[in-house]
Amino acid sequence: MAPQRSLHPQVAHGSVVIEVEGLSKIYRVADKQPGLSGTLKHFMRRRHRDVHAVSDISFSIVPGEMVGFLGANGAGKTTTLKMLCGLIHPSAGQVVVAGHQPQKRHPDFLRRITLVMGQKQQLLWDLPPMDSLRVNAAVYGISDRDAKRRISELSDLLELGEELTRPVRKLSLGQRMKAELLAALLHQPDVLFLDEPTLGLDVNAQARVRQFLADYNQRTGATMLLTSHYMADITALCPRVLLIHQGHLFHDGPLDRLASRLAPERHVRLELDAPVGAEAFAGLGRLDSCCDCEVNLRVQPDELTAVVAQLLERFEVRDLEVNDPPIDQLIGDLFRQGKV
Amino acid sequence: MRVFGLNRKIIRVLLGTEYAHMLEYRAEIALWALSGVLPFIMLSLWNGSDARDALGMDGVGLDRYFLSAFLVRQFSVVWMIYAFEEDALTGRLSPYLLQPLHPLWRYVASHLGEQLTRLPFAAVITAIFFLIQPKAFWVPSLGHFVLAWLATWMAFSIAFLLQSLIASLCFWSEKASALERLLFIPFLFLSGLLAPITAFPPFVRTFAQWTPFPYLIDFPARVLAEQPVDLLAGFAIQLAWIVLLLPLVLLLWRAGVRRYSAMGA
Ligand SMILES: Nc1ncnc2c1ncn2[C@@H]1O[C@H](COP(=O)(O)OP(=O)(O)OP(=O)(O)O)[C@@H](O)[C@H]1O
Ligand SMILES: [Mg+2]
Repeated sequence: MAPQRSLHPQVAHGSVVIEVEGLSKIYRVADKQPGLSGTLKHFMRRRHRDVHAVSDISFSIVPGEMVGFLGANGAGKTTTLKMLCGLIHPSAGQVVVAGHQPQKRHPDFLRRITLVMGQKQQLLWDLPPMDSLRVNAAVYGISDRDAKRRISELSDLLELGEELTRPVRKLSLGQRMKAELLAALLHQPDVLFLDEPTLGLDVNAQARVRQFLADYNQRTGATMLLTSHYMADITALCPRVLLIHQGHLFHDGPLDRLASRLAPERHVRLELDAPVGAEAFAGLGRLDSCCDCEVNLRVQPDELTAVVAQLLERFEVRDLEVNDPPIDQLIGDLFRQGKV
Repeated sequence: MRVFGLNRKIIRVLLGTEYAHMLEYRAEIALWALSGVLPFIMLSLWNGSDARDALGMDGVGLDRYFLSAFLVRQFSVVWMIYAFEEDALTGRLSPYLLQPLHPLWRYVASHLGEQLTRLPFAAVITAIFFLIQPKAFWVPSLGHFVLAWLATWMAFSIAFLLQSLIASLCFWSEKASALERLLFIPFLFLSGLLAPITAFPPFVRTFAQWTPFPYLIDFPARVLAEQPVDLLAGFAIQLAWIVLLLPLVLLLWRAGVRRYSAMGA
């Protein structure tokens, strides 16, 4: 179960912005049986259970990288992000972000990072985002001129206009999320932690947020670590993914390598001129289905060319397609089967 | 330059924003102001009772005392714990904890913004009081007014620190906020909201002097009503409470945040 490490040349030169070594988090939760007797028992003798939310994960990220954080519900993604931004203390292990130990929350550190949580908000509900933005600008010591310039730049990128002067409660979810992003980026952090920034948005709004993040990364060279349950976010933004499963790091590397690791087989779909019996495909990969003229096979990548050549030779092939199974389906399968 | 994490610009912007924020709640705040009429109810109860003489204040003196108690209460009410609980619940506390400004300042600013919003309502209620009770009308001397304002502000600080202390305990257990409800009873009796402290039997009075409560209402109200009061002792004790509570709050808050962090935000 050792994670694959992708080695970046910069790591050797010591320019890592996030360095995580043996990071673990154990939550201690009260173990209480339901009902009155459970409550009484708990009251008399408190029992606790340890939840191993994150177990011994290690990775490093170089400046400017966009890394996707994948995993099922409860895998430990949010917990890891909270440790990286200093909101919670690790139970074990080392974290260094931008040269700081996050949990110390040094002001210099706080100025360099930001945390965006899709399901949580920082903007004051009853006031327009602009008011919260002005407070943030003051808190981070941004001059009025700079604040104005940055707000106009970011709102252009985010396609926000008069929304900034409307009370937050009167904005749509998508508009609110974009305003949250603006508020979180006003101080120009160079390390961004994004926890499901596209949660609940419709496909268009998701695409816009995604495009914004890509542009922002291009323009500023900021490092981003983001989680999302929408595979499209990850495939569009993150050349590198970390897959976490039950607190353990299962994969660290490019997304397609994850795909080949999870499902090394390629899917071959054949359309034949005439029906052929299933036995005819013996030795040509694994037969998924064979009905009338349509045949589905799974083939190991290194055998692919040989198998395709044989298929073309042996049968009257009308059409032939080779596919990778979609990655989210693979990950879904993985978690369902508990294959890890 | 920052003093306690603040500079002039943060103060200006934070106060301006919180004032705008509280104006959004002006209807609620008007109702809160109105719900603070307990001192007037007490006044009418005492006026109709034989025990009135025992309070040690002459006719208009008692009227002025209770009006002053009302005003002091209006401008020293603290609801920090409720705002804190809501922020913890909605998750707004997390970004606040990740900003280079102590989150407690945000709550201070909300309260000051709320007091400003409350000002016109308190003024209207005061005007109505004088219309009904013209004999009681007085304008305190500038000196008394400034001293009363200072004492009220110190009372607010003490109350704010007390609640912050409880809020810090909430990092250990959310149920700690119940302590605030628990504090309300002694506050009610010992602060001078129901009767001036001088009305209590000596042993209660002596006991009360050792709690912060009389310095939350009774002392500032006496200053405003121009009643005889030991100014030096009053201010010294108020200051002592602040000096005692402030480091305690800061320490407990820091430990609490660390603990909360350890538990999970
Ligand atoms: N404050 C907490 N106290 C106790 N247990 C917690 C706490 N926060 C999270 N957990 C537990 O830790 C584990 C990891 O949770 P975490 O929120 O990190 O998952 P996640 O990967 O972000 O999931 P999701 O995709 O649902 O957001 C879960 O089992 C969760 O129940
Ligand atoms: Mg999560």
